[in-house]
Amino acid sequence: MELIPLLLDWFPYLLRGIGVTFGLVLSSLALGVIIGLPMALGQVYGSRLVRVPIGIYVWFFRGLPILVLLFLFYFGIFPGLGFDLSAFVVGAVVLGLRGAAYQSQIFRGAIQSVGEGQMVAARSLGMDRLCAVRSIILPQSMRIALPGWSNEYPNILTDSAVCYAIGVAELLTRASQIVAQTYVTMPIYLAAAGIFILMNYGGMKVLHMIERKIAIPGFGSGAM
Amino acid sequence: MDQIVFFTDILLPALQKGLIITLQLILLAAPFGFVLGVGVAVGRQYGGPVTRVLCKVLVYFVKGCPLLLLLFILYFGLPSIGIVFSAFTASVIGFILCNGAYNSEYIRGAMLSVKDGQMIAAQALGMTRLQAVRTIVLPQAIRRALPGLSNEWIYLIKYSSLAYMITVIELSGSGKLVATKYFTYTETFVAVGVVYLFLVTLTTLAVNAIEKKYAVPGMIRG
Repeated sequence: MELIPLLLDWFPYLLRGIGVTFGLVLSSLALGVIIGLPMALGQVYGSRLVRVPIGIYVWFFRGLPILVLLFLFYFGIFPGLGFDLSAFVVGAVVLGLRGAAYQSQIFRGAIQSVGEGQMVAARSLGMDRLCAVRSIILPQSMRIALPGWSNEYPNILTDSAVCYAIGVAELLTRASQIVAQTYVTMPIYLAAAGIFILMNYGGMKVLHMIERKIAIPGFGSGAM
Repeated sequence: MDQIVFFTDILLPALQKGLIITLQLILLAAPFGFVLGVGVAVGRQYGGPVTRVLCKVLVYFVKGCPLLLLLFILYFGLPSIGIVFSAFTASVIGFILCNGAYNSEYIRGAMLSVKDGQMIAAQALGMTRLQAVRTIVLPQAIRRALPGLSNEWIYLIKYSSLAYMITVIELSGSGKLVATKYFTYTETFVAVGVVYLFLVTLTTLAVNAIEKKYAVPGMIRG
């Protein structure tokens, strides 16, 4: 069998998918924080006028399959609004909007787990609400949120493979292209699976390291 | 007027057909996923060394690789070594594996929270290990795992859409076909989305009722 040389030939092409997959995951995580954190703050401290739309947003993005969201935005909403975006951008944006819905709930839980008395105390010391949130509540709640937030990484990584459906050239898409070209199926798919698994558990290792690094000794992390 | 005709004569019948397939996928996968989850959790906790390793490998593989890739392996990959499934069967198997692997993590976590002393006490009363697991550990563990299991059922509804990627024309698939044919992407996928939101919301209410029904009064949750 000339399987080995064939695999070696195609391997660089597959490996370039790692960058694309990683780009999807990172932009989703970043958008998740940029949109999700203000949403969490709005849900905890906002008026009803703020809370209700955020609740609907979260319900919508958590209730729909990622596949339906991708189709809706890639074929429907973005072209309908006149945006001509590449599949990668749409994939990253949709994963990010959806990530924001999930992550906002992690942040919300963490913010709410910081005792209310701290807000009262901060206010009585003369801080305004914004200052209290920024310098008292967030430094604690972000540390509490980190374990839950890291658990979003494998979810987003596995979800990113669904971007295959709109043709983003990430790992799974490339694997399928190679399969279509070479008619070799199992070794290619298993190689892709291996890369995904490595990215998954490797990424988790890194995130756990960060958790340990920023933990405050004696301050219960996540156990609150 | 055209909009209404499109909606009632084309979109709704298509979505109805798709919904039936989606429900079949979910209702077939959920019970077996539960059984697999219990089996794998018990295997990892109380099995011999070989069982433990096998269960662990299964869980790590399924959790580590995307479900879509798992479906591709089942449907496009396995025929190359002589195992051929229909697209529907391959999807159900994929969903059972995925659902089961995640379920097992919740059940195993819940089993760890049942104190060791209970196992020792049960064995002191003359129960075999299997009996003790079945009648003492699992009834408590499954109740504690219930919130996690409910989440997985809701995920199952959503990832059942991936079956379309291996040619099962379920809800998303029938929506895609209609949308492509009539060039009505936004309307169609909003309609498909509404059906999913309805399913998910309904399931959320149902599992809350189940959790309430099976709660043991006075037993601490989580």
